[in-house]
Amino acid sequence: MNGPVVFDPMTLPADDNVNAYTFCVELKGSQWFLQKGKMIAYYGQINFDGIGHGRFERLVRASFHSPLHASDWVVAEGSGKMLLADRAFDVNSYDLDDGNLTIRSGNLLAYQPSLALKQSIVPGFLTLIGTGKFVAASNGPVVFMEPPLRVDPQALVGWADCPSPCHHYDHGYMTGLMGGLRALTGIGGASGEEHQFEFVGAGTVLLQSSEALMGELSTGAVPQQPGVPGGGTPRAPGQLGDLQRRFGM
Amino acid sequence: MFRLEGSKTLAVDLAGDAVKAKNGSMVAYEGQMSFKKMTGGGEGLRGMVTRRLTGESMAVMQVTGQGTCYFADRASEINLVTLHGDKLYVEASNLLCTDAGLRTGTTFTGLRGGATGNGLFTTTVEGTGQAAIMSDGTAVVLRVSAQYPLFVDPGAYIAHQGDLQQHLQSGVNFRTLIGEGSGESFQIRFEGEGLVYVQPSERNTIGGNV
Repeated sequence: MNGPVVFDPMTLPADDNVNAYTFCVELKGSQWFLQKGKMIAYYGQINFDGIGHGRFERLVRASFHSPLHASDWVVAEGSGKMLLADRAFDVNSYDLDDGNLTIRSGNLLAYQPSLALKQSIVPGFLTLIGTGKFVAASNGPVVFMEPPLRVDPQALVGWADCPSPCHHYDHGYMTGLMGGLRALTGIGGASGEEHQFEFVGAGTVLLQSSEALMGELSTGAVPQQPGVPGGGTPRAPGQLGDLQRRFGM
Repeated sequence: MFRLEGSKTLAVDLAGDAVKAKNGSMVAYEGQMSFKKMTGGGEGLRGMVTRRLTGESMAVMQVTGQGTCYFADRASEINLVTLHGDKLYVEASNLLCTDAGLRTGTTFTGLRGGATGNGLFTTTVEGTGQAAIMSDGTAVVLRVSAQYPLFVDPGAYIAHQGDLQQHLQSGVNFRTLIGEGSGESFQIRFEGEGLVYVQPSERNTIGGNV
């Protein structure tokens, strides 16, 4: 029986996985953006500071454009090796080469500042643009799929190269009074799979092999401006929460 | 003799000798086995009182027999630790099985416990033999030496062995108080010579949220 593999700063991999659940980042005087609380251990001299630190003004201007998520992110700076992990979920690193990738905000653990992080128009998702490495978590290994494709909302991790994401509802559940009642109450049988996300166009869709979502923090809402999705468009009064439209009235 | 069947099941070959295991963790056995609940972690009256007082409670059974006994607990990953006269410090909830020849006890961990949410006391395993500890996800074993101290998030720490000093290090400053904290405000700094086991998952800790 061999003993467990023992790592020290020399044998830890640089910017690679230690095992399926742990990723090691090497810092050599460089900086990484890191989601709060995902660091489990480190060797060397590394400082963790909130995004709001005045020193980071230039860095944030260049590569952090998500004010809603500012309180969830820190900058790791210094030299040494640090280990990242998240709830024993699978962790993987991905390289973007002058590309773009949109990912569920809870799944992104860390990224190099050579990438720019922006809020996606789709609420709850973040888009990374540029060239560099990022680390993401998923429950079970990630599966890469090509559109056209329909996926379960809970299994979606993200998508790259901008296929068009939209909702898809099975037809029977959308029509008429009975369809509306069945979808709302589950009476009459609902398979739980009547609603999917549909992807068309060129690109890659990332799926996780389970339907367990990462916990997400409420991050507030985008500013209320005309034309901004999720910005809270003013509603006409007396709409009863759109119930009557649901029932085809 | 301890060996792993996959990464989540521990197989122990017994030839008339005994092991101490977490109560109720047996999943299967071949041969003849007898199971006996050990009150107070098998540490006698003194252990019983200490464990009650410190809250580091540990329900342990003694397994004796001929054959192979299999242990598992909630599909946790299992890590084997071999002790050569040194001491392993582990949370009682992470300890699955030890050779009967190993002495277990409780020790005061100091301030660290308060921040890790594990309480102020931890379990020690001492002597020569094998032990099996559990982690949420495959544990990473990190060596600490004089020139390379190690910093560990309290929520990810599960165990350590060897001659190590630990200090709770806090980075709390005025930014933490105005909600601009780094999320990594508390770390345990390990110095000396030894091994530290960390799991790729964080328990909820008081310190983890600031």
